[in-house]
Amino acid sequence: MTFLSYLISGISLGSIYAIIALGYTMVYGIAKMLNFAHGDVIMVGGYMSFIAMINFGWPPLLAVLFAIVVCTVLGILIEQLAYKPLRSAPPLAVLITAIGVSYFLQNAALLIFSANPKSYSSVIPFDALRLFNGQLVISGTTIVTIIVCIVIIIALNTIVNKTKIGKAMRAVSEDKDAAQLMGISVNKTISVTFAIGSALAAVAGVLLCSAYPILMPTTGAMPGIKAFTAAVFGGIGSIPGAFLGGILLGIIEILGKAYISTQLSDAIVFAVLIIILLVKPTGLLGKKVLVKV
Amino acid sequence: MKRNFYLTFVVALVLCLAMLAGCADKGKEKTDSTKADAPAEKETEAAEDKEAEEAEKSGDTAPIKLGGIGPISGAAAVYGIAVQNGAQIAVDEINALGGMQFELNFQDDEHDAEKSVNAYNVLKDWGMQVLVGTVTTGPCLDVAAESYNDRIFTLTPSASSPKVVEGKDNVFQMCFSDLNQGIASAQYIQEKELAKKVAIIYNNADAYSTGIYEKFISEAETRNLEVVSTTTFTDDTANDFSVQLTEAQKAGADLVFLPIYYQPASLILAQAKEMDYEPTFFGVDGMDGILTLENFDTELAEGVMLLTPFVADATDDLTVAFVEKYDELYGEVPNQFAADGYDSVYAIYEALKDKDVTAETSASDLCDLLIDVFSGGEFEFNGLTGDNMTWSETGEVAKSPKGMIIENGVYVGMD
Repeated sequence: MTFLSYLISGISLGSIYAIIALGYTMVYGIAKMLNFAHGDVIMVGGYMSFIAMINFGWPPLLAVLFAIVVCTVLGILIEQLAYKPLRSAPPLAVLITAIGVSYFLQNAALLIFSANPKSYSSVIPFDALRLFNGQLVISGTTIVTIIVCIVIIIALNTIVNKTKIGKAMRAVSEDKDAAQLMGISVNKTISVTFAIGSALAAVAGVLLCSAYPILMPTTGAMPGIKAFTAAVFGGIGSIPGAFLGGILLGIIEILGKAYISTQLSDAIVFAVLIIILLVKPTGLLGKKVLVKV
Repeated sequence: MKRNFYLTFVVALVLCLAMLAGCADKGKEKTDSTKADAPAEKETEAAEDKEAEEAEKSGDTAPIKLGGIGPISGAAAVYGIAVQNGAQIAVDEINALGGMQFELNFQDDEHDAEKSVNAYNVLKDWGMQVLVGTVTTGPCLDVAAESYNDRIFTLTPSASSPKVVEGKDNVFQMCFSDLNQGIASAQYIQEKELAKKVAIIYNNADAYSTGIYEKFISEAETRNLEVVSTTTFTDDTANDFSVQLTEAQKAGADLVFLPIYYQPASLILAQAKEMDYEPTFFGVDGMDGILTLENFDTELAEGVMLLTPFVADATDDLTVAFVEKYDELYGEVPNQFAADGYDSVYAIYEALKDKDVTAETSASDLCDLLIDVFSGGEFEFNGLTGDNMTWSETGEVAKSPKGMIIENGVYVGMD
């Protein structure tokens, strides 16, 4: 029973990593860049929903929508201002710019919201599910996170594979120049990708803060890095890979803590990552998936 | 290409503006402290600043230069800002009294040892005579080594590791050392029979938390306090505590000792409630601040006990006045760090009050003088964080912690 409850904690943590990883993987798959500011957009999403709920007194659902809108606009803005001018620059320049944007967002948040942490109120109204006389507790946040995660994956797959803009995304991902020659607006496609990625970040921010209710300017940083690891783990660029990587990472982290050592939990996670990459350099699902998104 | 240029320009402009915005805010707080930076501007500044002029008339001329270092930005900023604000209030109060004048120049170190040493060098160039800092333990270790070589008296408001003062005759602490907190906690729990079985969750990536834990565990052993579960986390894994709490619960712990800061503690309280685990939670001074956490459900903290030197809800005149003033100036309830900053400045003031010192006294002379006073055995200081504080020759402070319990969302003394 204890094992089961650890497993559920792992899945709960992992599904949050998975949603964040989906944002990384989307942007990497299409724009071929690592958007390290993704973690900080999550933090902005957290703050926006917090302000909407606490300061404006809006209902949770409206607050989530507000966070999504703000983050989407922010994502497009970042892309237009920071990344677009560097479209033809070497990847390293873009990478460093992304790190710069990350620090910029963190410090802007520090200036606006101050360093004092805030306690987040969960947006999820359901009580925890208690099974086997309360021996197994599954929190409402866990259930909602997993459902949201699955809905997002289905939606993303549909967008990428079934819609016109999805076709354009796949084309841009294959070959930017050729796509442009075919009459696809590369800039517009990448902007849409960023908009989707940032909207996902907002959702991830709300769920992250609901599960672990503390909000600081650095809230998004570490989960962002872990989720990036998850994306690489599952094969960066692959949507199912990000999901699988996220869930596995969460489970390994919790089980490692529980059965090996609480001191070594991160060491275990990253050791597993290294082993997987040695055996399969493209990540778990890196090659199998034909459609690279 | 041209468009790219414009966009780059816009980005550069935005970044510059953001930086200026940051400076403007800090500048406001520090108008008092930075004015001696440029002697040429002194005339105009003096004319503007009537208060300073009056103060100059009333007694001594130039102020004694106090340096301060702490994280004003970054993850630990909450502590640095609190110390800076508290110290600034003390400086303003002392200057308003007339007589000896102080000037505080507080530098940011982002809780980074290298930046802290840079800040220290900046302050040295500025002409710092006494250092109030640094705020956090890690950077303080490096800075204290420098100040020891330079013979600059150092009183850290809140760097609590015993290593900070070890082997350095010029470094003193205003806060409890980790040593004392660990021992006092174990003593308190055993003497008051608060628990039969104790679990500990601590942050093994943090010198503060580890330091308290080590002392606690050895004291618990000598006192036959049964520790049934010891688990850890790091700053990177400070999200999910289900494993640690499950272990404590399975081991049958009726008290969980949390020698950690209040941010992770708030998560532990929330997660324990979710899994229906209701032990007594016992914290140390890092737990202070949990009630001021914005939007925190104080019901979660009901029954939490902690040992702390400062409580904002205390009713003595000094605390009430300080809390009022702090709230008026900064719109917040001061935490223990603000009180430590305030006390540090006052301790230096008390020590120097009757002595023949001016702005011309060299830092090393001041250092010798202050060492004599602080470790002379006769110096007793009454402040916000305790009465009759004395200092040992090694630099550790002796004061008694207050046992507090949270009831109905406020701290109540347990004794």
